Amino acid sequence: MTAARVVVGAAVAAVLAYPLAASPYYATHMLMFFGYAIIVLGLNLLFGYTGLLSFGHSLFVALGAYAAAFLTSHFGVRSMELILVVAAVAGAAVAAPVGALCVRYARIYFAMLTLAFAMLFHSFLMKFYHVTGGDEGMRVLRPSLLGWDLAAVPKIQFLTVHYYYYASAVLLIAAVVMWRIVGSPFGLCLRSIRENPEKAASLGVSVARHRWAAFVISAAYAAVGGALLAPTTGQVDPSLAYWTHSGNMVFMTLLGGFSHFFGPALGALVFIHLQDQVMSLIPYWRLVFGAILAAIVIFAPGGLMSFVARSPGSAT
Amino acid sequence: MSRDAAIVEAVGIRKLYGDVCALDGVSLAVREGEFVSVIGPNGAGKTTLINVLAGLLRPNAGTVRFKGRDIGGIGPVRLARLGMARSFQLVSIFPALTVLEMVQVAIVARLRRGRRLFAALAADREVREQALEVLALFGLADRAELPSRHLAQGDKKLLDVASAFALRPEVILLDEPTSGVSTRDKTAVMETLVAASKRIGIRAIIQVEHDMDIVFGYSDRIVALHQGRVLADAPPEVIRADEAVVAAVIGRPPEWRPT
Repeated sequence: MTAARVVVGAAVAAVLAYPLAASPYYATHMLMFFGYAIIVLGLNLLFGYTGLLSFGHSLFVALGAYAAAFLTSHFGVRSMELILVVAAVAGAAVAAPVGALCVRYARIYFAMLTLAFAMLFHSFLMKFYHVTGGDEGMRVLRPSLLGWDLAAVPKIQFLTVHYYYYASAVLLIAAVVMWRIVGSPFGLCLRSIRENPEKAASLGVSVARHRWAAFVISAAYAAVGGALLAPTTGQVDPSLAYWTHSGNMVFMTLLGGFSHFFGPALGALVFIHLQDQVMSLIPYWRLVFGAILAAIVIFAPGGLMSFVARSPGSAT
Repeated sequence: MSRDAAIVEAVGIRKLYGDVCALDGVSLAVREGEFVSVIGPNGAGKTTLINVLAGLLRPNAGTVRFKGRDIGGIGPVRLARLGMARSFQLVSIFPALTVLEMVQVAIVARLRRGRRLFAALAADREVREQALEVLALFGLADRAELPSRHLAQGDKKLLDVASAFALRPEVILLDEPTSGVSTRDKTAVMETLVAASKRIGIRAIIQVEHDMDIVFGYSDRIVALHQGRVLADAPPEVIRADEAVVAAVIGRPPEWRPT
């Protein structure tokens, strides 16, 4: 376990030192990583720990990102902390009824139902032009961080210094909270449901209730991640809710390894940098990614994490 | 024996699957301290009866009561809370969870700690100690940290039952507790199980079992089902002497063994 702590400590130090060494271009890639790492931490509570594959997490990511856009553009809210809280609450509030419907099903039915809800939200964002800006989306104005108004700071500096450290701290907090959740009695119940829901129920675990709670927490994480991504691009649009975006998150989770706590975050890190590299080389990046996904599923179902770690922090 | 003493009581149970009548007016009462076996050929309705008693299926007619409460179709979670637990015919475990974790699930559920989101399970001594106690009763304590899937087949069966015992039930339903266990290990499994029931203070055991040596060796009473009806409900020695039951349900004298 101490070896694992050293690795985690080294990773945190590397993240903190990164903007000092890397170009601003790569430092902003890390902002994407912070957002997606939070999203897939949440997604994996549902997938890796509870055994439910959501193909609709783009809904909650978009919800969080649009919350940031609405609050900054329409309501004059600039506090990033308030934005994150509103995003989490909105994500959970939408997930509560959606989850109540979806968790009655498992496997492919659950995946398809979540996908359907995400596409419903995508249509809403497209059609309600006067509210959401339709396919043009909405602007996200620069937020204040911890009450610190940074409007006068040059954009690159804001993103690679202030926002970089802010977002990395949010990820750290989100990861610590998730670590506690998966190590709790609640987390054990989720894993028992993943392994054998019929047996879990016979031992007195309320399967539907636990699945629902995991869904709501997972959605809140996705919304927080989405809100954190929004100021990086300064723009949100309906493609955030599109199903291929959910597919990317599932890809990240599989790439890194869903049976390990840190697997999905590793997957997000590799995905973001690989996508950038492959896209600059050939236009058919999805083709390359499809081949990678197939190779992982066939040759390394444990994902990249299976090459890095054997068991510490294992979800199983 | 008075009716009041029955802990589990089924009266006139009828269960239909479409046009097929799986149970047709089955009545059964299980009293304090009894070990009751349900036997019958395939398709006699044994599994349906277990599922009705386990609150999974609501009968089309008749009532099933546990401690005087109607439990028809109330579901496994509420039944577990009322004090009735079950094991499954096919080994039912959490393969990737450790042996200790598997039993902890039942204890977390019993102590109603499943909603604790941020408490550290590893620091919960009460849950851990109770789990280890149960594992010790089943001789599995030395393999507590082993992933359940790595246990031998007979031990998987024991773990399945142990997790149900960890609920500290008053009544336990065992659906073929020795199926899939080698003939040599069957008696050992049953001995462990009966000893553990006494230690935990289980008030009654109801089992479905095919192995007639086990059935006749451990039961206080045997209920023979045939085509959805109760053919006989009597102590083992009476069943053994009943030629009609032996012919219809057992198919051969219970002492008979292949050479």
